Amino acid sequence: MTDNALVRVEQLTRRYGELRAVDAVGFTLERGQVLGVLGPNGAGKSTTMRMLAGILAPDAGRIVIDGVDLLDQPRQAKRRIGYLPEQPPLYRELTVDEQLRYSARLHGLGRVASRQAVARVKERCGLMDVGRRVIDNLSKGYRQRVGIAQAILHEPPVIILDEPTVGLDPIQAREMRRLIRDLGPAHGVMLSTHLLAEVQATCTHVQIMRAGRLVYASALAELERRRQSTCLRIGLKTPPPVADLARLPGVEQVEEFDAGRFRLRHAPGAALQRVVIEQARTHDWELWELTPEHAGLEQIFVELTLARETAE
Amino acid sequence: MIFTIAARELRSLFLSPLAWTLLAVAQGLLAWIFLILMNDFRELQGRLVGLDNAPGVTDLVAAPLLRVAAWVLLLLTPLLTMRLFSEERRSRTLDLLLAAPVGASAIVLGKYLGVLTFLLSGVALVALMPLSLAAGATLDFGKLLAGLLGLSLLVASFAATGLYLSTLTAQPVAAAAATLGLLSLLWTVDATGIGQETTGGSLFGYLSLLRHTDALLLGLFDSADVAYYLLFSMAFLGLAIRRLADGRLRD
Repeated sequence: MTDNALVRVEQLTRRYGELRAVDAVGFTLERGQVLGVLGPNGAGKSTTMRMLAGILAPDAGRIVIDGVDLLDQPRQAKRRIGYLPEQPPLYRELTVDEQLRYSARLHGLGRVASRQAVARVKERCGLMDVGRRVIDNLSKGYRQRVGIAQAILHEPPVIILDEPTVGLDPIQAREMRRLIRDLGPAHGVMLSTHLLAEVQATCTHVQIMRAGRLVYASALAELERRRQSTCLRIGLKTPPPVADLARLPGVEQVEEFDAGRFRLRHAPGAALQRVVIEQARTHDWELWELTPEHAGLEQIFVELTLARETAE
Repeated sequence: MIFTIAARELRSLFLSPLAWTLLAVAQGLLAWIFLILMNDFRELQGRLVGLDNAPGVTDLVAAPLLRVAAWVLLLLTPLLTMRLFSEERRSRTLDLLLAAPVGASAIVLGKYLGVLTFLLSGVALVALMPLSLAAGATLDFGKLLAGLLGLSLLVASFAATGLYLSTLTAQPVAAAAATLGLLSLLWTVDATGIGQETTGGSLFGYLSLLRHTDALLLGLFDSADVAYYLLFSMAFLGLAIRRLADGRLRD
């Protein structure tokens, strides 16, 4: 089998007692891809990532990292992985420099190489000014950056980030996403999140987990197509009878959810906005709100799992 | 790799108030005992002069001091070893070690070496007290060294026990309590068998941690006692390595 995938996972399974936390999951990750793993809490995202990082032994399945089997040669494989757990694994009593140097040494870098690597990642992650600060005194955003820094110190081809932006303020989260996007081209990055917006902002590929199973995997563009708006929310000062709205071309269903505010369900791709605007002008409905409603993550889950069940 | 881990362990220890507190408590307590022993010795001294083969200052001050030191270390070691894995598991820093390309044995040995270095520096501080007597009295250095070796070996086995028990739980205090309980049990396990020459009695006597120190503290160097402590420590370290490798990939 020839493959140039950085990560190849087959039939990965992990049980906790009766519960199948991860159930026969398989996927690949290639260089240049940023793979976002979406899913509600408890879907098995963290468990999958812990197994990929070599922290947790799978009950069954195969993990090949950059051509090295993680289960057969854990040490060689782990050298090729950078891992940031949900909680950055930092010793709070150490300074940033000490922590990073320790991580570098743990990954087998020599004294000189460690120093160079630490200087490099500090610049990359914007930690130049906090090298001598004690980690305990740093803000959450900086700690997360130190966490990423320790994951990319040894220049691994594969980078695994478990919920890298949780707990960050919006500006910090945006910086973190920029950092992750920058890592993309040269590495294979896998990150988990439960924010759809985060996947849109950073990822090239997406997969959705639910109850331990991989229910959906594709390029990001494909997901975008799926969640096209099929709902339009409008507000009218002088609304016509509901029946009139229902007769508009393309409208499948009308729901008045508030005085003068309606939710129009329509077929995907119907150019309903234009129709509504024209009609509102000719009939003096006094349009004051017009918002396409995008399908939420929950809705996509339901749709995807339903589609899967009917396909099976 | 072992030294990298040990160095980090030591550094963190000395950055925490806990380590300093423990050192201070041990030193303060033992200094007080030392003072009492010295006082007793001064009172006895006059009567000892006439005796043949009279016990010297090493027997009457150093040996009892080391025995008390063994007790104090029994109480304090669990508080140090509970940090090793329990606390790392709780603060999630263990992931760093587990995800690094480092074997389970290197992790365990590194941590053991770190905490042992700390404990032995504590023993060295204790040793300074009887050594200070060399300024005004004649010490039996052979006896003193044997006693210090016994104390060091004892501490090494305390630390190994504590290390293993801290791999079992993410609750540091639970690990400390379990260590204290197990060590006390092993310490006193021969109490029932004292004087009885039954198989059970001698077995318990053999298992007892105390039995093997006594001879060394009195200056009797027996390689069987040394081997006992080394085997004891290795057994618990082996268990810890197995335990750590169990939850993850074996290498």
